[in-house]
Amino acid sequence: MNWTEIDTWIVVIGALCAMSCAIPGSILVLRRMSLMGDAISHTVLPGIAIAFLITGSRDPTAMLIGAVVIGLITAFLVQAIQTLGKVEIGASMGIVFTVLFAFGLVLMRQAIDHVDIDPDCVLNGAIEFAWFDQTPGGLGIPRGAMINGLMLLTNLILVILFYKEFKITAFDPSLAKAQGIQPSLMHYLLMTMTATTAVAAFETVGSILVVAMFIVPPATAYLITDRYSMIFILALLFAIASAGIGHLSAITVPTWFGYSGTTTAGAMAVATGVLFFVAWMFSPKQGFISKLFHNAKTRAHILREDVLGLLWRAEERCSGILEPKDFPHLFGVSSKKMHRTLRLLLKQGAIQRVNSSWTLTSEGRSRAARLIRSHRLWEVYLDKHFPQDTHQLHHAAERLEHITTSQMREKLGNAEVDPHGSSVPDDEM
Amino acid sequence: MIANHSLSDSRIILPSVEQLLRVLFLEDYNTRVVVLGVMALGAASGVVGTFLLLRKRALTADALSHATLPGIAVAFMIAVSLGGSGKSMLGLLLGAFVFGCIGVLFILAIRHTTRLKDDAAIGIVLSVFFGLGLCLLKIATEMPNGSSAGLDGFIFGKAASMVSSDAFLMLTVAVGIVILVSLFKKEFTLLCFDEKFCKSLGIPALCLDVLLMGMVAIVTVIALQSVGLVLAVAMLIIPAASARYWTMNIGSMLFIAALIGCLSGWLGATVSALIPRMPTGPIIVLICGFWFIVSFVFGRNNGVVRTLVQRVRLNRRIALQHVLRAIYEVIEPGKNESISVQDIVPRRSWKDATVSRLFQRAKAMGYLQSSGNKQWSLTHQGLEVASQIVRNHRLWEVYLINYADIAPSHVDRDADAIEHVLGQDMIKQLEELLQSSPDLQSPHPIEVTP
Repeated sequence: MNWTEIDTWIVVIGALCAMSCAIPGSILVLRRMSLMGDAISHTVLPGIAIAFLITGSRDPTAMLIGAVVIGLITAFLVQAIQTLGKVEIGASMGIVFTVLFAFGLVLMRQAIDHVDIDPDCVLNGAIEFAWFDQTPGGLGIPRGAMINGLMLLTNLILVILFYKEFKITAFDPSLAKAQGIQPSLMHYLLMTMTATTAVAAFETVGSILVVAMFIVPPATAYLITDRYSMIFILALLFAIASAGIGHLSAITVPTWFGYSGTTTAGAMAVATGVLFFVAWMFSPKQGFISKLFHNAKTRAHILREDVLGLLWRAEERCSGILEPKDFPHLFGVSSKKMHRTLRLLLKQGAIQRVNSSWTLTSEGRSRAARLIRSHRLWEVYLDKHFPQDTHQLHHAAERLEHITTSQMREKLGNAEVDPHGSSVPDDEM
Repeated sequence: MIANHSLSDSRIILPSVEQLLRVLFLEDYNTRVVVLGVMALGAASGVVGTFLLLRKRALTADALSHATLPGIAVAFMIAVSLGGSGKSMLGLLLGAFVFGCIGVLFILAIRHTTRLKDDAAIGIVLSVFFGLGLCLLKIATEMPNGSSAGLDGFIFGKAASMVSSDAFLMLTVAVGIVILVSLFKKEFTLLCFDEKFCKSLGIPALCLDVLLMGMVAIVTVIALQSVGLVLAVAMLIIPAASARYWTMNIGSMLFIAALIGCLSGWLGATVSALIPRMPTGPIIVLICGFWFIVSFVFGRNNGVVRTLVQRVRLNRRIALQHVLRAIYEVIEPGKNESISVQDIVPRRSWKDATVSRLFQRAKAMGYLQSSGNKQWSLTHQGLEVASQIVRNHRLWEVYLINYADIAPSHVDRDADAIEHVLGQDMIKQLEELLQSSPDLQSPHPIEVTP
């Protein structure tokens, strides 16, 4: 790998671009309008093409205006077709942006000899060549860095200025209306931000990959945090990370297989996806693996409680000692798992071994008594309020007993006998 | 004109009559292949798109089509490293199909295991898969033994590269889909409109859903070559969405959608064959868009013009009913038979001009007659209609006071809002209800009988 100043600038430009997209993107994701970002970024193409055909030059201001106007028209048309034509919003977006994109492609073909926007730029952007396009004045800053930096600054200022308004309209549009915030005004402000950002990002990552910059880092952040402000901050961090990882992997990963490299913009999109996948799996609260782990922990806890309950009931019936080898069969788990459960209970001092079998210690007995008390009080409660077959009572109580706190037990009353006629053990705590 | 044409000329060059005829009568082999292929595609996507639209999955198809790109690249790479040229269309499309399905599975997984909703899941899959596809395509261009030229034709479509086997494939798929849909039309319809009912009938909804998405994937994949993956979703949604404006019947909707798809395909292929620098895929989509605009504006169901006309008609009817009721209420005490515009104006927030215009309209309909000196009186027919309207209003008022607990002082406005839409049956029911309980209270006398 040969890292040069150009590579540094590519990462800087990519990071600025991804960050400026992450800001409107966060609001889009929270408002469940991600695909509006998709629709608007597609229509940047006809906007640029129309501006070019009218002015006949590559004047950036004209292109910006053209693309923003078309972006707003897209937002307006999507809404108009949805409400006037009674079409579902997804279909309405699909109709508007495909037709406009097709229009852009036709215009581009018609004007292909004048325009430097070729299909490749639409797809991949031109981040690799951004460094060669320097700002006038010889400051050594590429134009792409300038544009995306300005865009990021504008978006930051806007989101800080309208922080509260965006927050309220995202979570509770009717409250926003009641407080005098115009939801439609905020909607079109957001659409303008999205369109402007998409135009600024066009030369960096192209017209389609910008969707990844809009949606994926905020969605990743949303999987990790519950706080509105943290979503922005994390999304910005993920944006930077994806630019760095993206460019690095674009120039290194293919070389392992003997190829020279691949497109940075595409690799940035993949990097956002990889970060998303990691968060999806391992996010502390929302993550798939974390959830699996949590579920396994809960199941193990319930199993331990059930074992204690079983031993307690055996003592109550004085049916003597249970054969340990029946345990796995009774609970429908493997003998290995049962062995682990018993060992943990032994370590906790809840059970002890007496003549090749298990009995409760006093500690374990009081834990079990609490559980059985919850169980039987629930049966009394359910029998009173939701009269049903006594067999079904047991099943409902079997589930509720594990989630009953001591406060709940207090409120469940002081019955002496449960509907099956067994006595309710005292709360020893 | 053609002689003066230079490369930098962006004017549209119109074809000669001879060229036009050649293309219209499909004399060229190339045109024949393309036209046949895209027409088959249009029909198939119209049919599948109808169900896709009704199932509200329009943009899932968009993600699916974008997710096919890495599949094409991977299929190409596998083919080349196995020693082939990577040009086998079927192999590439198989790769596209597999990755499209993986994309849809990812959407479902994200939706079911995270708190993100459909929109974010679609956006993530669409953009990340597309990015992956671009990376792989770039690498594929460097593969030593294969020529990857034309792979990027799948992105924006390249109908000109179609050969007869491609068109044959499209035709086969279209016929297969039409057969499948006509076999399971009832089941698909149930799935789209009432999934729970469908399940309760013992129809395997999940299998049907998978079958539907499978058909969507196949249509998307065969659309790649002609329309391109960015625009493939347009072929699915737009004909179906346009057909929705013409019929409420699923059978005719399927037919119309297929027709619009077919027609757009034919017109698009023709235009792009006639005029240089007109890419086929985008032109087809634009023509689809044209049909959509026509349907959206002039359609029989929910078309904008029709809705507008209906609304204007309703407003006019309501205004006329208002003025007739006002006249009746003025002359009801029996003091005067004739009224002037000035008597009516204070009854509502009306302007003089409005009332005069309404009087003229009532006169034209034979409800009012002018008795000179700016005085008007109801005709016999007008009296009948007006008493009917007043009767409806008061019946509804009585109902509201006694059954909806609305204060007698407020009831006039509430009754006003609904009196115009009460049908004959409802009036009859109200009458019966009110007759059976004679102790109901009313703010007005209701002895008005038609």
